[in-house]
Amino acid sequence: MVLSKTAGDADENLRCTFASRYACSSLPRLKIPEGSMPKEAAYQIVKDELMLDGNPRLNLASFVTTWMEPECDQLIMAAINKNYVDMDEYPVTTELQNRCVNIIAHLFHAPVGDDGTALGVGTVGSSEAIMLAGLAFKRKWQAKMKLMGKPFTNPNIVTGANVQVCWEKFGRYFDVELKEVKLREGYYTMDAGEAVELVDENTICVAAILGSTLTGEFEDVKLLNELLTKKNEETGWDTPIHVDAASGGFVAPFVYPDLEWDFRLPLVKSINVSGHKYGLVYAGVGWVVWRSHHDLPDDLVFHINYLGSDQPTFTLNFSKGSSQIIAQYYQFIRLGFEGYKSIMENCMQNAKILKEGIAKTGRFDIVSKDVGVPVVAFSLKDSTNYTVFQISESLRRFGWIVPAYTMPPNAEHVAVLRIVVREDFSHTLAERLISDMEKVVKEFDAMPPRAAVKEAHVTADDGKRSEKSVLEVQRDVFSYWRRISDKKSSGVC
Amino acid sequence: MVLSKAASQSDVSVHSTFASRYVRHSLPRYKMSENSIPKEAAYQIINDELMLDGNPRLNLASFVTTWMEPECDRLVMTAINKNYVDMDEYPVTTELQNRCVNIIAHLFNAPLGDDETAVGVGTVGSSEAIMLAGLAFKRKWQNKMKELGKPHDKPNIVTGANVQVCWEKFARYFEVELKEVKLTEGYYVMDPDKAVEMVDENTICVAAILGSTLNGEFEDVKRLNDLLLEKNKQTGWDTPIHVDAASGGFIAPFLYPELEWDFRLPLVKSINVSGHKYGLVYAGIGWAIWRTKDDLPDELIFHINYLGSDQPTFTLNFSKGSSQIIAQYYQLIRLGYEGYRNIMENCQENAMVLKEGLEKTGRFTIVSKDHGVPLVAFSLKDNSRHNEFEISDMLRRYGWIVPAYTMPPDAQHITVLRVVIREDFSRTLAERLVLDIEKIMHELDTIPSRVTEKITTDEEHAVVVKKTALEVQREITDAWKKMVADHKKKTKGVC
Repeated sequence: MVLSKTAGDADENLRCTFASRYACSSLPRLKIPEGSMPKEAAYQIVKDELMLDGNPRLNLASFVTTWMEPECDQLIMAAINKNYVDMDEYPVTTELQNRCVNIIAHLFHAPVGDDGTALGVGTVGSSEAIMLAGLAFKRKWQAKMKLMGKPFTNPNIVTGANVQVCWEKFGRYFDVELKEVKLREGYYTMDAGEAVELVDENTICVAAILGSTLTGEFEDVKLLNELLTKKNEETGWDTPIHVDAASGGFVAPFVYPDLEWDFRLPLVKSINVSGHKYGLVYAGVGWVVWRSHHDLPDDLVFHINYLGSDQPTFTLNFSKGSSQIIAQYYQFIRLGFEGYKSIMENCMQNAKILKEGIAKTGRFDIVSKDVGVPVVAFSLKDSTNYTVFQISESLRRFGWIVPAYTMPPNAEHVAVLRIVVREDFSHTLAERLISDMEKVVKEFDAMPPRAAVKEAHVTADDGKRSEKSVLEVQRDVFSYWRRISDKKSSGVC
Repeated sequence: MVLSKAASQSDVSVHSTFASRYVRHSLPRYKMSENSIPKEAAYQIINDELMLDGNPRLNLASFVTTWMEPECDRLVMTAINKNYVDMDEYPVTTELQNRCVNIIAHLFNAPLGDDETAVGVGTVGSSEAIMLAGLAFKRKWQNKMKELGKPHDKPNIVTGANVQVCWEKFARYFEVELKEVKLTEGYYVMDPDKAVEMVDENTICVAAILGSTLNGEFEDVKRLNDLLLEKNKQTGWDTPIHVDAASGGFIAPFLYPELEWDFRLPLVKSINVSGHKYGLVYAGIGWAIWRTKDDLPDELIFHINYLGSDQPTFTLNFSKGSSQIIAQYYQLIRLGYEGYRNIMENCQENAMVLKEGLEKTGRFTIVSKDHGVPLVAFSLKDNSRHNEFEISDMLRRYGWIVPAYTMPPDAQHITVLRVVIREDFSRTLAERLVLDIEKIMHELDTIPSRVTEKITTDEEHAVVVKKTALEVQREITDAWKKMVADHKKKTKGVC
């Protein structure tokens, strides 16, 4: 009588994850695997691979919020299985969205009363918000031209070349021409005078940015409003303004309350802001607010009998999570005006410290302004021996993700590094970043100039292996890795 | 020497939340308050108000996933602060999306070589996926017409009247005409013959649905493909097909693998599926897959230098969370083919249990088919005294959310109740639901119908009608409904 089990039958469930066979087989990449695997193994494998992603909190490239209080995290997790669009099933969540819209409308001085009738909607981000606002302008303009018996097939938007890519997307996907005011070295936002000059009869709106992606600057919306009002008086075209306040919309009201950029200016008809930037919520929520009902054509709003009740909807997305909307409301009541103000002031202060530390190295020109979104953008005074792109790569070794990029036309010869100061970027981190930057700069200073480096590569090809410094090898590995990761993402957006 | 502190100066932070002043004051609704409040108070207040939302797991109206394993919840929470669009900063997350696209493309039998990468993208939901697919068709068609020197300003899509609202949105926002094949009583999906008849030179595509919202049916994509092929031969128009597999895309491959509805049919050029329906992920993820690179015009793809590196992007949304994409990958490797099949088979069986239970009451006609998405749509055999909306209302008392709605034209006189069977709707729950519906039918039998009630309160007869406890209860329910509806009116103007 054989009583022993063969070793190979040992209960798979007893094995700890890293002892099981799942840790030594390759994960499926192209096809769905035939069999299931234990949930612990699935969890561990995915989690481990994700360790190789950048650390979101050290991602200084992004404006998007990377930290929230644990209490809010709890609310988020509790709402993770709530489909926002089921308004009839989740009336409280729907009500919270309405409150947020009203709170933001009041923050932007929309001419609404206290009865909760502000006009706006929560979106997945500013991209969707801008598309909705643009659609409203396009439809209004088309209706106006039809009434006058004029052609309405060539609408255009006037904006600056510093505009974020979602405006170009809107233009391309919705068949609207983008007339861009070019930048120039030293002036990296839209010039109000040049913008108004570009306005013609087919212009559905002029889009101004409060918080330019590139340098954080606020455009002069007040001046734009004045110049455009004058032009409208002459032409009778009634061209309106949209303010893309994606980053600035939650900075200006707290740090620069006297700056007139919002609905206080009569030509401003709609504003978008990202809840997930300085609204201090995780990625996935934006807001668009209209001045009044006249600015949102009725025929764009859908009233549907879906899942059993009437739901008015003007969004591009339908089903989506509810967590970010609840989190936005949490932030509004948790922080209040004083809370947001304190956080923004901290950000501005830390940005100042960063700016001063960077300037002190003597190698950089500061390109960003003090007034604007808390961002520090800087370029190298002298790029002959090394570029900002190389500095960006070197900073990665320390864990920091600081992007480098070239400016849009006509300032493409200017390349900058940009650091965004978010709520969770403390004074301590600022000091550490400065010290790491000084290290990086010193390293580059100590390296032979570029010409010499090129020669080294040539002699290597000749068979004589020139000794590469540890740094050079590291950089080669780095570039190779980057090339690989770039290839993989082509073909799949 | 006075050592005592005044009683009222005790530290506010010592008060328990419900002892503090924060629960005595009205929450700000339309304006930001001046001051901050403690995070515990903010949490508690919001948490408490949200208790009055419906319970997502009892929301039988929705296809969207309402439960995931705790291990996956952990992955979701860890990734909550990762902005998906930062591809350079989060290359692994980007790679996971790519893997999902490839896995799904293979599931749909896309004609790919062994090492060839699939063409597709993760979206926020099927709405975005459909808009992207529609845009691709529109642009391709416009380019074709321009080359032929023909007018290209009046594109249209042929689809059934049972189509989900996002198609109508696409049409309205992107200026494409929707040519809808009307339904008929008893036939609640798009008739392929009628659809092909409607195709003209300006048709950018024909959209078929795999898993109609209304009754879960799969449309006959194969027949559509065959008929359209013939027409294309005659006309030379080369009209393609899009399959809206929002719900069916993660059911058919597992329950009906022999059913030809996907890229096995040559005219199918793109497919969308909702990861958050039977892909078994929380709300916020969909997938759009194209047959080949040729079906997605290059000029729609943006290559941008944002945040420092080249990022090719074809989506409407930009910044968004990463959690759902990671969760989708988790599900695909955790469950594998057998896991998904088991779950779908369970759903199908539970749908049968529900259907049979309802049939046994003798009061309902089953409108949904057995073959299709696991849901049960049913209407009253006799709705002269009470209708389906009343049943829906009364089910709410028990906690169930079961929607009632009328069919689209030309079958608007038909009203149905619909229960969607999701992964987390067990047999026990199915049996309980049947029990509760039986209870409600008994109650309704004892209540006079609304029509007769009007007669009894006619002033001329001056009859005082003694109201039963049930009637009073119904009046209260009606009043509450009205209050909610009025409350909803406040939301008019805010979408």
